[in-house]
Amino acid sequence: MDPDTLVDVRGLNHWFGSGEARKQALFEVSFSLTRGSFTALMGPSGSGKTTVLTLVGCLRAVQDGSVRLLDHELNGATEAGLVALRQRLGFIFQGHNLHESLTATQNVMMGVQVRRGVPDPLARQAASHALGLVGLADRAGYLPANLSGGQKQRVAVARALVGNPALVLADEPTAALDKDSAAEVVDLLKRMGRARGTTTLLVTHDNRILDRADRILTLQDGRIARDEAPRG
Amino acid sequence: MSRLLQALFGRLPIGWLQLTHNRTRFAAALAGVAFANVLVFVQLGIMNAMGTATLKPYTFFQADLMISAGDANALSEGGNVARQWLLQAMADPDVADGVGLFVGNVPWDRGDKDISLTTFGVDPAKPGFMVPDIAADLGLLEVQDAALLDRLARGIGKEEAAAIRPQTPLSFETQGRTVTAYASFTGGGGFGGDGYMLVSDQTFLSLFPARTSTAPDHILLALRPGAAPEAVIARLRALISDPSLRIRSFAEAGQEDLRYQQTRRPTGIIFGFGVLIGVLVGLVIVYQVLSTDVADHLREYATFKAMGYGPRFFLGIVLEEALVLGLFGFVPGLIVGTTILTVMGKITTLPLAMTPAMAIGVFLGTLLFSSLSGTIATRRLAAADPADLF
Ligand SMILES: Nc1ncnc2c1ncn2[C@@H]1O[C@H](COP(=O)(O)OP(=O)(O)O)[C@@H](O)[C@H]1O
Ligand SMILES: [Mg+2]
Repeated sequence: MDPDTLVDVRGLNHWFGSGEARKQALFEVSFSLTRGSFTALMGPSGSGKTTVLTLVGCLRAVQDGSVRLLDHELNGATEAGLVALRQRLGFIFQGHNLHESLTATQNVMMGVQVRRGVPDPLARQAASHALGLVGLADRAGYLPANLSGGQKQRVAVARALVGNPALVLADEPTAALDKDSAAEVVDLLKRMGRARGTTTLLVTHDNRILDRADRILTLQDGRIARDEAPRG
Repeated sequence: MSRLLQALFGRLPIGWLQLTHNRTRFAAALAGVAFANVLVFVQLGIMNAMGTATLKPYTFFQADLMISAGDANALSEGGNVARQWLLQAMADPDVADGVGLFVGNVPWDRGDKDISLTTFGVDPAKPGFMVPDIAADLGLLEVQDAALLDRLARGIGKEEAAAIRPQTPLSFETQGRTVTAYASFTGGGGFGGDGYMLVSDQTFLSLFPARTSTAPDHILLALRPGAAPEAVIARLRALISDPSLRIRSFAEAGQEDLRYQQTRRPTGIIFGFGVLIGVLVGLVIVYQVLSTDVADHLREYATFKAMGYGPRFFLGIVLEEALVLGLFGFVPGLIVGTTILTVMGKITTLPLAMTPAMAIGVFLGTLLFSSLSGTIATRRLAAADPADLF
């Protein structure tokens, strides 16, 4: 495998349900992501985008085919192995999923403290820094209930990026946001990706985001239909 | 508090933050735990008081062995023992002395209130069988119808009791006779009577004409110094041809009585059951609070799972919550429990009190059972699937 390849998916098939209800969601999906790239994953609803994301993100067991992530084969990996790998990923969900009882800083700290032995002051410092990068230094002590939708999603971005993940997986992170907030969040992801060499795989329908992507993968009925580079 | 826990766990005290986020629910949960603690404290207090009260009369006497009827589960229960066994036992080389002990209840019409005195008939010539405090006054009982009266008996005023002296005796009518108390000793009201009285065996027999000197309720034996009680008991068993009699050390007799009161008598069983109910109430409350809390935070937990937090982390949060509930619920429970026991003790004149052993035991029990509830509540975490977050 090319040393620049962070994710390599080969012949990935996936089924949901069992017996009569068993339904194939992915068919022989293959693609790879290079380090530092910013890739948009597109396709109509039900085409399998989320399924791809959960498989690459170690949130589901690989049934058939190969997913290599950070030099680990996910097909046949143990649950503990998957948990350990997830600590090196950053997730941004459609909802912000912040913990209501934790302040912005504390929520971001959770992204650092997943690794054992990070001393508390260091985690706090890293969290403050990450909040500063997403422009929320002045909201550090706020509970999620006192933040706007865009601010909450930016906290979630800071939480995903604070641990310097090798790969950021985002599923329509801007769907719940207004135009300006959406653009802000995506720019932020791109900027931080470029500054830290983070690889990003982002599911979106948003055309404004597509302009910013290095590469666009399109899924159709569980198959890769197109793989294009808009400015290359 | 948050900082303290943070230093303690080396991570954010999420359990604490989560519990205290919803203050009303937190307060309700603490009240619930405190309530369970109070239940257990009151029941334990009553059980303890029953123990103290049961063993109280045993503290009046000094003996090595006691022989009682087979059905004499308590000092004032069961049949009597033939005096001939006392004479037989005295034949054993290691038995130094022996005495018959009579027990009966004497009513005393105090005008406003009738009280009942558990009355012991003893041989006034054998002070060696009484504790020194009582032994000193035992000679007073040589006089017919003389008595030593319990100065802590219910219904007898402090001043009235303190005034009882040979120069200023206290007389009262009972069983058609006039009994005169020339001195007092420390007893106390229990569950079975309002206090105690000591009289000579002769006086006892005139108060209870149906009883005879040949059949006391118990036989107390004193052994020679250095004698092995177990060996003497074995010899007495062989010697005494009535196999239904209980022959045991005096201390063991007290313990048998206590076990009987706590496990076989309805009151003992009811209070023991009360402790169980208290523990169950506490378990259910903590489980309910924690499992609701887990259910309310499934999305957050799933997010943490996605971020790479493992099962130990989640168990840690829930145990943290369990310990916080146990600890913070215990403190008000202890305060309220102590207050209730003190007030109840004052009203009933039963020896009701909070003891350090009770407080420590209930505290450890609270932490243990809270943790148990917490561990059960984590089963709900399985429902938090990070793959469902997208
Ligand atoms: N947990 C699931 N159980 C059963 N079927 C599922 C599940 N998740 C997704 N699917 C099915 O798999 C297909 C792909 O779904 P998904 O990956 O969510 O598509 P997309 O994210 O592109 O909308 C759909 O037909 C969907 O119904
Ligand atoms: Mg989807």
